[in-house]
Amino acid sequence: MAIKSYIEAVTEALAEEMERDSSIFILGEDVGVRGGVFRATAGLIEKFGEERVMDSPLSESAIVGVTIGAAMVGMRPVAEIQFADFIFPAYNQIVSEAARIRYRTKSDWTVPLTIRAPYGGGVHGALYHSQSIEALFHHVPGIKIVMPSTPYDVKGLLKASIRDNDPVLFLEHKRCYRLIKGEVPEGDYTIEIGKADVKREGDDVTVITYGLMVHYALEAAETLAKEGISTHILDLRSIKPIDREAILEATRKTGKVLIVHEDGKFGGVGGEIAAIIAEEALFDLDAPIQRLAGPDVPAMPYSPPQEKFYMLNPTKIADAIRDLAKF
Amino acid sequence: MSKLNHKDLGLTDQQALDMYTYMLLARKLDERFWLLNRAGKIPFVISCQGQEAAQVGAAFALDKNLDYVAPYYRDLGVVLVFGQTPTEVMMSAFAKPGDPNSHGRQMPGHFGGKKNRILTGSSPVTTQFPHAVGVALAAKMRREKTVTYTSTGEGSSNQGDFHEACNFAAVHKLPVIFCVENNGYAISVPLDKQLGNHNTADRALGYGFPGYSIDGNDVLEVYKYFKEAADRARNGEGPTLIEARTYRLTPHSSDDDDRSYRAREEVEAAKKKDPLITFAEYLRNAGVLTAEVEQELTDRVMREVNEGTDAAEKAPFYEPEDVLTHVYEER
Repeated sequence: MAIKSYIEAVTEALAEEMERDSSIFILGEDVGVRGGVFRATAGLIEKFGEERVMDSPLSESAIVGVTIGAAMVGMRPVAEIQFADFIFPAYNQIVSEAARIRYRTKSDWTVPLTIRAPYGGGVHGALYHSQSIEALFHHVPGIKIVMPSTPYDVKGLLKASIRDNDPVLFLEHKRCYRLIKGEVPEGDYTIEIGKADVKREGDDVTVITYGLMVHYALEAAETLAKEGISTHILDLRSIKPIDREAILEATRKTGKVLIVHEDGKFGGVGGEIAAIIAEEALFDLDAPIQRLAGPDVPAMPYSPPQEKFYMLNPTKIADAIRDLAKF
Repeated sequence: MSKLNHKDLGLTDQQALDMYTYMLLARKLDERFWLLNRAGKIPFVISCQGQEAAQVGAAFALDKNLDYVAPYYRDLGVVLVFGQTPTEVMMSAFAKPGDPNSHGRQMPGHFGGKKNRILTGSSPVTTQFPHAVGVALAAKMRREKTVTYTSTGEGSSNQGDFHEACNFAAVHKLPVIFCVENNGYAISVPLDKQLGNHNTADRALGYGFPGYSIDGNDVLEVYKYFKEAADRARNGEGPTLIEARTYRLTPHSSDDDDRSYRAREEVEAAKKKDPLITFAEYLRNAGVLTAEVEQELTDRVMREVNEGTDAAEKAPFYEPEDVLTHVYEER
């Protein structure tokens, strides 16, 4: 099995799917000749031509609105929003249109659309190239939100998203793009959207997380193992639908839960996870549910020490696990 | 009355009569909505009255077996020409099964229906513009001869999606017709407070495709311009923007009171230019609409309106629990 980077897994999934299905096309800013500002679509215009790897005008609402229209009449588009921070001009198209078209027509019209967007910080991206946006979509019925952490999951979940008959917001952590490498099988496979994955087995404390934080949690767990603390790590992989069974099972495994996300704490996805546990597994808990998340300030400063202060890291996560283990 | 002659436009007497019949059907359905609303039988009305010529003229220039329409909420005339029946329209007014737009989930006027090639619309205005462009993009990619029509009001033409859609369509020379039904009011706000340039068709120059501001009360003029636009689109020559100048004869909706913002004299003056009256007069002068024919088609229209109303009134609602279905694909 080949070792590939997270972003190479994106490109490979796109290329294989486009090869398989001629109704798939990509629309986004700089996705064509440039191959994307992160190079996620590198080489695709050479392979599939400019009609299927289409540079969009600087118009996020059109990128989503136009792909919605094409999807309704039988195409299977992949829209790219260059940075998740720029998705808000398209918020109305995603929330009022893509997410509701099936519901408002009782499946007469449907929107098989994947919207890819790089999110997250730790890349000196400052206030408008660093944000986590998932909470602003998590409340919306009708869309799915996939947030993979490994190259293997990226490829399988991106293929599943493209084949899904509902709109999927596919959020790629941009710090993972080149930092994270892993085994990716050649050829076709998919991963079911809505299934979490245990990334490390442990007995003392359960960490429930997604995206880049999975890797920081794994690093923290290594450190803690040397101290005799055993950490169980559940990677949600998709936050909508969310894998309730896996959350409850992971909770019962240790009785102590730390929820970790880079996004701000207030109104974040962690609140929903905590509520699921509180409603359904309260008496399996040996300690109060803990949330470790970004501070409730706009994410995140350009100033390097301030960015570092904002971002979670393996040390902060290890400290939180240690505290919970002691409880 | 129209300066044009329907025969010069390639329309037969029967086609001209059909246009009038659809306009009349739209008007009579709309009038019935208001009666039903004031009788407490349906919660909401949003009207097409005054704009039937713009709608029917445009829809007649399209191919209902090949083209798509992404209409805005007043376009009852468009969806009737594209095949929605009076009974279906009434099912929508009553929010009953058989409503092809949304199966009772949306307010009336939020049109849709794949079988009639009508895209689904919502309430945030002008979101349908990028959708229409996407349909046109798909048609171009698949080398199909499909043209897509989309419409909006002059107030809604100020939304960002209007601009994003027009520019995108221009870049790729897509087979789409953008229509602004300029009826003079965005709920209560008149042109003076809505548009720096009252002619929205002028914007087309900025996008790089043709734009025309036309008399939206003249169904033949509307047909002529939309036919040309459809031909251009089909020939790969790209989009066209058409502003149909018209007037909204009713309040914005059943929940609005237009006496608070426009003079009765203005409305009365507009009624003299009512496209139903002027087109009927044209057809009488042309010898097409004889007293006998008029009686026959009025009877037919009223029979259809009555039958639709009765059917919808008698139909059961969906079960309340049906609300939980069709959020995602059900396997």
